[in-house]
Amino acid sequence: MIHVQSLTKTFRVAQRQAGLGQAVKALFSREYTTIQALTEVSFSIEEGEMVGYIGPNGAGKSTTIKIMCGILTPDSGTCTIQGRVPWRERKEHVGTIGVVFGQRSQLWWDVPVIESFNLLRDIYSVEKRSYQRNLEELVELLDLGELLKTPTRSLSLGQRMRCELAASLLHEPRILFLDEPTIGLDAVSKIAVRQFMRRLNRERGTTVILTTHDMQDIEALAERIILIGRGRILLDGSLSELKRRSSALKTMTIEYRGDAPALIPGMSVIDSREGFLVLELDPTKCSASHAITRLSEQVELVDVSISGVSAEEMVAKLYQEYRI
Amino acid sequence: MRKYYALFRLRFIHSLQYRAAAAAGVVTQFAWGFMEILAFLAFYKANPSNFPMEFSHVVAYIWIQQTFLAVFMVWFYENEIFEAISSGAIAYTLVRPIDLYNRWFAQSVANRVAKALLRSVPILLVAFLVPPPLRLSLPNSGTQLLLFIISFVLGLGVVIAYTMIVYVTTFYTLSPVGVRIIAAMLADFLAGAIIPLPFFPMGVRNAAELLPFAAMQNMPLRIYSGNIAGVEAIKGIGLQIFWLLVLVTLGRLILRRALGKVVVQGG
Repeated sequence: MIHVQSLTKTFRVAQRQAGLGQAVKALFSREYTTIQALTEVSFSIEEGEMVGYIGPNGAGKSTTIKIMCGILTPDSGTCTIQGRVPWRERKEHVGTIGVVFGQRSQLWWDVPVIESFNLLRDIYSVEKRSYQRNLEELVELLDLGELLKTPTRSLSLGQRMRCELAASLLHEPRILFLDEPTIGLDAVSKIAVRQFMRRLNRERGTTVILTTHDMQDIEALAERIILIGRGRILLDGSLSELKRRSSALKTMTIEYRGDAPALIPGMSVIDSREGFLVLELDPTKCSASHAITRLSEQVELVDVSISGVSAEEMVAKLYQEYRI
Repeated sequence: MRKYYALFRLRFIHSLQYRAAAAAGVVTQFAWGFMEILAFLAFYKANPSNFPMEFSHVVAYIWIQQTFLAVFMVWFYENEIFEAISSGAIAYTLVRPIDLYNRWFAQSVANRVAKALLRSVPILLVAFLVPPPLRLSLPNSGTQLLLFIISFVLGLGVVIAYTMIVYVTTFYTLSPVGVRIIAAMLADFLAGAIIPLPFFPMGVRNAAELLPFAAMQNMPLRIYSGNIAGVEAIKGIGLQIFWLLVLVTLGRLILRRALGKVVVQGG
C-alpha cells in the first residue's frame, strides 16, 4: 500500500550569528547550511497496519509525513502510495488520505465546527448520504454531540482534537496520518483518542501512521514501530520484538509469608525486606512461570507482579544506543 | 465547482460579520470622496478648459471608486494567505483535493465582494442624494451600464490575479511586507486610485493606459462615468481580458514552481 524507497531530502537554512553587525552582514551575503533531513529512508507499510513512527525532535518524522502527504517534494528517492506518487498527483492522492497535524488546526477558527465539516464535505465531494451516515458514526464514537454547534475558538484542546480527528475522517480515507495527535492532551482525552484509533483500525481497516513522543500512545496503538534518528531509519519491527532486543530482563516483585526463599539460577536480588522481594529475572535461564512455581514451593506467595521494560525506558535506551 | 462555491459561501458569511469595520469604512470613504470631489471642483473652477475630464465624469469616477473600494484597491490583501504561507498552516491547505490557485482566488473574490456589499449601499445612497454638482448620476444608457458591469467583473479579476502573484512571492521571501507595500503602491498609483489616469502627463498617460494596472479600476470607473464609451470601451474590455489571462497564467506558473520546492515552515 505504501512503498518508500531511498527517500532523501535536504533543506537549506540561512544562518547568522547574533548581533547587529552580523545582521547587517547578512543583508549582503548569507551563509547557508545544508541540513540533511532524510537519508535513504525506505520502508513498506501494508493495508490495515498501525505503525508508530518515532524518533527524537528533528529526526525527520514530520518531513517524511509531509512527503507522504504530497506537501514536500524529496530530492531523490521514490514513494508510491496506493499506486500514486504523492507530490506528482497531489490532488488525486490527498483525496484518499486523512491527515491530522497535532500542532495545527484544520477547523475554521470563528465558525461552528459543523460549518467546517460541511465545507470539508464539499471540498472532498463526499456524497450526501454517506456523509450523513459517517458523520453520525463519528459523532457517536468521539462523543461530539454538542461540540458541533460550538465555534472552534471556544473548544478546549481535547475537544478540538476529537473534532480534528472527525474532520480528517469525513471522506473515509484508507490511510490516516497522525502527526503528534495527543500532544498537550490530558489523560482522559488521550485515552479517548487512543480508543478511537484502535476501533477505527479494527472496524474500518484504516491504515494508521502515527508519529508521537508519547510512548504510551505507541504501547497502546502500534503493533509496529519504525525508529528514525538523524534522518535515517534505525529500526523497524514489532514493539515486543524491540523490547526483547533492547532488554530481555524482567522485574519480579513478590510479597510472601515465611522464611526468605532460596534463589534459583537466572534470578538476582535487587531489593529485599522482610516478606518483600524484588528480583531480576533472565527469561533465557528461568522462565517466569518456572520462577513462580519454584518460589511458591518454598513460601506462601501473597502477591506477585512481573513487568518488562516500559516502552519509555526502551526508547530512551535506544536513543542512547544510537546516540541520537 | 461546488467546492469553490462552498468556500466562497463560508468566506462570504464570515466577512459579513464585520459590521463595525464596515461602518467605519463607510464614514471614511464618504468623507474621502467628498473632499476629493471638492478639491477637483476648486481646480475645475480655476480653469475649466485645462481640465482633461468633464467634471461630472470625475464626480462619478470618485463616488463609484469609494463605493467599491474593497473591490478595486490592491492593498485589501488576504492576510490569512500570507500567514498560512509564513507560519506553515498551508500544510492543511495542501492536503485537500483542491486547486490552490482557484481556492485562493475564490476566497479573495468572496472577501472583496462581501466587504464591498456592506459598504456600498449607504455610500451610493448619499452620493445619489447630495446636491447637483456633487451628485452621482447613472450611466447615460443601458449599454453603458452593461459595459460597466462587464468591465467591473474583469477589473476585480485583474486585481485578484495581481495580488495572487504577490501572495506567491511569500514562498520566497517569507516576510512579505516590503513586496506587499511596493506592489500595492505601484499598482494603486498606476491604476488611477489616487488620481484618474487622464490627469497624468500625456506621455505617462499613454504608457500607463496599456499596463495591466489600467485594467483594474481605471476601465470600469471611466466607462461608468462616460469618459470612455462605445468602441473605446469595447477595446478597453479587450485589454482587460488580455491582462486577466496573462496575470492568471503567470500566477499559476509561479505557484506551480513554488510548490515544487516549497518549504513548509515549522515542525
